[in-house]
Amino acid sequence: MAIIGLDVGSRSIERVVLEESSGKWTWEKAPTTFDPLAQCRRLLAHVDGCSVVVTGYGRRLVAEQFPHLCARTVTEIQAYARGVHHLYPQARTVLDIGGQDTKVIALSAHGSVAKFEMNDRCAAGTGKFLEFMASSLQVPLEAFGHFALQADKQVEINSMCTVFAESEATSLMARGERPQNIAMALHRAVVRRTLAMLRRVGGASPLVFAGGVAHNPCVCRLLSESLGEAMIVAENPDVIGALGAALIGASG
Amino acid sequence: MTGRYEAMWERLNLDLDAHASLLEVLGKFYGDIYMSQQGRLRGMEYLDFVLSEIHGLRIQELQEARANGRKVIGTFCVFVPEEIVWAADAIQVGLCAGAEAGTEAAEKILPRNTCALIKSFVGFKLARLCPFIESCDMVVGETTCDGKKKAYEIFSDYAPVYVMEIPQMKCAADRALWKAEVLRFKQAVEDLTGRSITAERLREAVVLINQRRRALQRLNRLRAAHPVPISGRDVLLINQVSFYDDPKRFTQKIEELCDELEDKVRRGEGVADGAVRLMLSGCPMAIPNWKLPYIIESSGAVVVGEESCIGSRNTRDLVDESASNLDELLDAIVDRYMKIDCACFTPNAERLEHIVDMARELNVKGVIHYGLSFCQPYAMESFKVEKALQEAGFPMVAIETDYSMEDVEQLKTRVEAFVEMVR
Ligand code: SF4
Ligand code: SF4
Repeated sequence: MAIIGLDVGSRSIERVVLEESSGKWTWEKAPTTFDPLAQCRRLLAHVDGCSVVVTGYGRRLVAEQFPHLCARTVTEIQAYARGVHHLYPQARTVLDIGGQDTKVIALSAHGSVAKFEMNDRCAAGTGKFLEFMASSLQVPLEAFGHFALQADKQVEINSMCTVFAESEATSLMARGERPQNIAMALHRAVVRRTLAMLRRVGGASPLVFAGGVAHNPCVCRLLSESLGEAMIVAENPDVIGALGAALIGASG
Repeated sequence: MTGRYEAMWERLNLDLDAHASLLEVLGKFYGDIYMSQQGRLRGMEYLDFVLSEIHGLRIQELQEARANGRKVIGTFCVFVPEEIVWAADAIQVGLCAGAEAGTEAAEKILPRNTCALIKSFVGFKLARLCPFIESCDMVVGETTCDGKKKAYEIFSDYAPVYVMEIPQMKCAADRALWKAEVLRFKQAVEDLTGRSITAERLREAVVLINQRRRALQRLNRLRAAHPVPISGRDVLLINQVSFYDDPKRFTQKIEELCDELEDKVRRGEGVADGAVRLMLSGCPMAIPNWKLPYIIESSGAVVVGEESCIGSRNTRDLVDESASNLDELLDAIVDRYMKIDCACFTPNAERLEHIVDMARELNVKGVIHYGLSFCQPYAMESFKVEKALQEAGFPMVAIETDYSMEDVEQLKTRVEAFVEMVR
C-alpha cells in the first residue's frame, strides 16, 4: 500500500508518496497560496487505497475538510524528528526554520523526541522575518541570502523584533549603508536568535538543518561558522516533514 | 438572566451594553468548553448553575447581605487570610481577572507589558464590567510581585483598596512581619465591619474554611484515580468557583459531587480513555481562563492536578484547629499562610519539592508549566522547576501565554507535540 505524507505549511505544501513494501518515495511541492485547500485537493487527488498522515499548520483543517480520507495528524515536531532520523540516523538535533516557526528538537539515540523548543507567537528569527526584511529591502526572497553574502563590511542590527529591526534597517539605509551589509546584519540577527534556542535545548551534535530557510545560503554559512563540522544541511530541507509524516503512517 | 438583573446591574453602575456582550461571549465559551463534554457528573449541574448565574443570583445574594449590614471584601491572592473575614461576618470573594475584556481600558493607565491578570482586574473596573468588584466594600491587594504592588497604587484611585505586605522570605523576621500584617488586617476588617473578632467566631471561621479545603482535597484524591473519573477542566472550574460561592453551600455541594465521583471510581468509569495524564503548574488561572486546559484536553491528554493558586496551593494546607485562644488561633493562621509556596518567595525550594511529589503521586507522564506573559516570578522559576522535574524523570514544557486567542494554533502544536513525546 502507498502512504501519503502531507506537510501543510504556511508557505508551501509538500506531499510524499511512500511505497510501504519497497520504502521508495517520491515527492512534490506546491505553494500554499491563499487557497491551501484547493492545493491540497490537487495533491490528494487519486489517493484511494492510500493512508494519509497530515502535519504542519494546516493539519487539522485538512483532516476535517477531507473526512473520507480518515487522515491522521501528527505535529511537525514528530514529523521532522522522524524524517531526519530516517535520512540521517546519526542526527541528535534537528533545527527546523520554517515560514512561521523555528523549532529545535533534541533526539534520543533511537530518534525519538527528547525535548523541543518552539518560538512563541512573534516572528523573530523565523522565515517570516526574512521574508518581511527581504521585501522591505526590495530583494526577492529567493535571492536574499546571496544578496547578503555580498556584504563587505560588518554593521549591526541589534533588535530581533521584526518591527524594531526594520526601523534599524531603515535608519542604516538613511545613513547610506549598502543594502547588502544591512541584509547580512539581518541574517546575523536570525542566526543569533537560533543559536540562543539551540543552547536552551542543549542540542548534541550532529545537527541537521531542515525547513525552508535551510535553502538560504547565508543562514547556512553563518550557522556552520558557529557550529562547525557538526552541522548537516538537509539535502531537500523542505520535504522532511512530509516524509516523516508518511513514515509515521507506515509504522502504524 | 439579562432581564431579571438589569436593574441591579444598573444600580451597580455597570456598562450594560459592554456587560451584555461579555456575558454572551462567556456563555458561548462555556458552552464550547464545558457543556460539550460527554458523561459529566450530575453534580456538575450545580457548577453550571452557579456559572450561569455568575453575575446574577450570587450578586443578588451579596446585595442582600449588604443591605443587612454585612460587608463584602474582594481579594486577588490566596494569601489574604479568609478566616478573618468570615469571623467578622463579612463575605470574601476572589475577584476573577481571567478575561481579556477591559484590556484596552487598562492599557490607558498601565504599561502594555504588564501581565494579563493585572490588566484584567484593572480593566474590569475601568470598563465597568464586573459586578463583583462593584459590590466590594474593600478590595485587598498584596505585595506579592512588583506589578501588582504598583498596580494597586493606581487601582486605589478607583476602588477602596487595602494592601497587605507579604514577606518574601521565610525566616523568623518574616514570620514576625506577617503576623503583624495579619493583626493589622484583623483590625482593618473589624473597623470596616464594626464587629470584633472573638476566639469563638474565629474558630468557627477556621473550621468553615478548613471544611472547604478538605472537600477540595477529597476531590483531588478522587480525580487522580485510574481511569481518570472527571476532566481537569471540571475540577479547575470547581476550584475557580470556590473563590466566590458561599463556602458552606459550596462545601456541601462538592461533598455530594465527591460521593458521586467515589461511585464512579468504584465502578472504574473514566472520562478520557487512553488520554495521557498531565499536570499543570504555575500561574493562577482565574475564571474564565480555560484556554490552555481546553487545548490540553483536546490534544489527547487529561489534567489530573493543578499546582497553582487555583488548585493545590490553595487547598494543600489546613489551619490547625486545636488552638485554644484567640492568639493561638491567629498564630495557627499565620503559620498556615506562611506555607504558601508562591514564586514571589526566595528561596522557594518547597515549591520544587511539592511539584515533584505531586507529579509522583499523581503518576503523570509530564508537566506543563503555565506562565502568564510578563510574569517574572513564575517565568524565572520555570527553569528551576524544569530542572527539578528532569532530575526526577518527568518531562516538562513551559508555556507562556495570556488571555488572547491569537496564539491558539501555536499552543496546540506545542501541547500536541508534548503529548506525542511523553505518550
Ligand atoms: S501566585 Fe502568588 S501572588 Fe498570585 S495568587 Fe498565588 S500566592 Fe498570590
Ligand atoms: S501572574 Fe505574575 S506578574 Fe502577574 S500578578 Fe501574578 S505574580 Fe504578578
